[in-house]
Amino acid sequence: MSLTPVHIEFIATGALWTVGLSAIAFVGGSILGFALALARISPVPFVRRCAGTYIQIVQGTPLLVTLFLFYFGLAVVGFDSLPAIVAAGLGLVIYSSAFLAEIWRGCLESVPKTQWEAAECLALTRWQRMVRVILPQAMRIATAPTVGFLVQIVKNTSLASVVGFVELAQAGKLVNNTIFEPFTVFIVVAAFYFVICYPLSAWSRSLERKLNAGRR
Amino acid sequence: MTYQFDFSALLPYWPLFLEGVWLTLKLSALATIFGFVVGTLCAVARAEGPRWLKTVVAIYVEMIRNTPLLVQIFLVYFGFASLGLKVTANTAAVAALVVNVGAYTCEIVRAGLESIHKSQLEAAECLGLTRTQTYWHVIVRPAIERVYPALTSQYVLLMLASSITSQISAEELTAVANRIQSDTFRSFETYIVTGVLYIILSFVVRLAFTLFALVIFPRRRKLGTAI
Repeated sequence: MSLTPVHIEFIATGALWTVGLSAIAFVGGSILGFALALARISPVPFVRRCAGTYIQIVQGTPLLVTLFLFYFGLAVVGFDSLPAIVAAGLGLVIYSSAFLAEIWRGCLESVPKTQWEAAECLALTRWQRMVRVILPQAMRIATAPTVGFLVQIVKNTSLASVVGFVELAQAGKLVNNTIFEPFTVFIVVAAFYFVICYPLSAWSRSLERKLNAGRR
Repeated sequence: MTYQFDFSALLPYWPLFLEGVWLTLKLSALATIFGFVVGTLCAVARAEGPRWLKTVVAIYVEMIRNTPLLVQIFLVYFGFASLGLKVTANTAAVAALVVNVGAYTCEIVRAGLESIHKSQLEAAECLGLTRTQTYWHVIVRPAIERVYPALTSQYVLLMLASSITSQISAEELTAVANRIQSDTFRSFETYIVTGVLYIILSFVVRLAFTLFALVIFPRRRKLGTAI
């Protein structure tokens, strides 16, 4: 048997789920990651240490193991009939929050110290200083690496296949199970990933160039 | 929550866990060494090679960086089989990891090569160094020293990513954990232990890279400063 349009359609549906899961991971990871980035530069040492420990733990564990932990952990605390997307989504949110937090902490810290001091001299409140002075500058620096990390998220959603969630990679495995042509099937799957990821990579690169041009 | 944690069920399995740690270290060490060589050669080819070679390397790097490791592992594993080559899962795993990390290393080392200032080359010429001497002593070695922290992070990530090779049943820590959890039915505890082992491993690998830097970069050892 060979690859038919029906199989391609099935794989394409998987690709849609990959995009959906990436969106969940990115939105959830952004909210949690932003809070963590702020905690990492907090004036309170205890808060800084807690956020730092969380990030080290998450960054020191492979995503595969994180996903297994959520998959089996949710069953352990009593939610044993949840769909696979919950475990996969939670695992990916936790994973991306830790990496986004570190990226954004770097961006916040790369805003020159004089800007923080100037805001203070103008008697802005902490909130005003962050929203009006620091964030607009930090966001300019953060866009390129954030889009770059989005590529990592899309690629890493492929691991959600291990908890049985039918996204692009899992769709490929299922199709392969019926037609036994692994090489063809996974070339097609890889092509789908490439089509999703390459525009993001190119966008990230052009953002980076623009930023550097402004600085030179 | 009525779940009773039972880590004691895992106690008889500690030699297996240790073996898994050892296998993961071995797998990632092999992938790191070969990946570094492949990546550095690609970076040099992309900087100095003829036009067609530059294009080939650029395509290789973009293909690898925009597709997931899991799919690359499947492609290499089944690719060997469709070429009629019989290789073990572990060989396929190392090959896939080398192909993957080679592309990332290429990009990192390329950034290092580009960061070498032109005045350095002029100085090398003034000192009468040959082309090879210039390339090795003035360009490649300082370039690698400069991007060493980025390479370290990449290879720690590689060690963590080697867990994905358990999907083609290569022998390493996650594969061992999968076996233990199906033996004991203590899945949650097994993966907690596995996670902790990976965290320890990532500290150990990072420390090893820091110590290695002291050995290979005399500047760090003697002056205590990075380039």
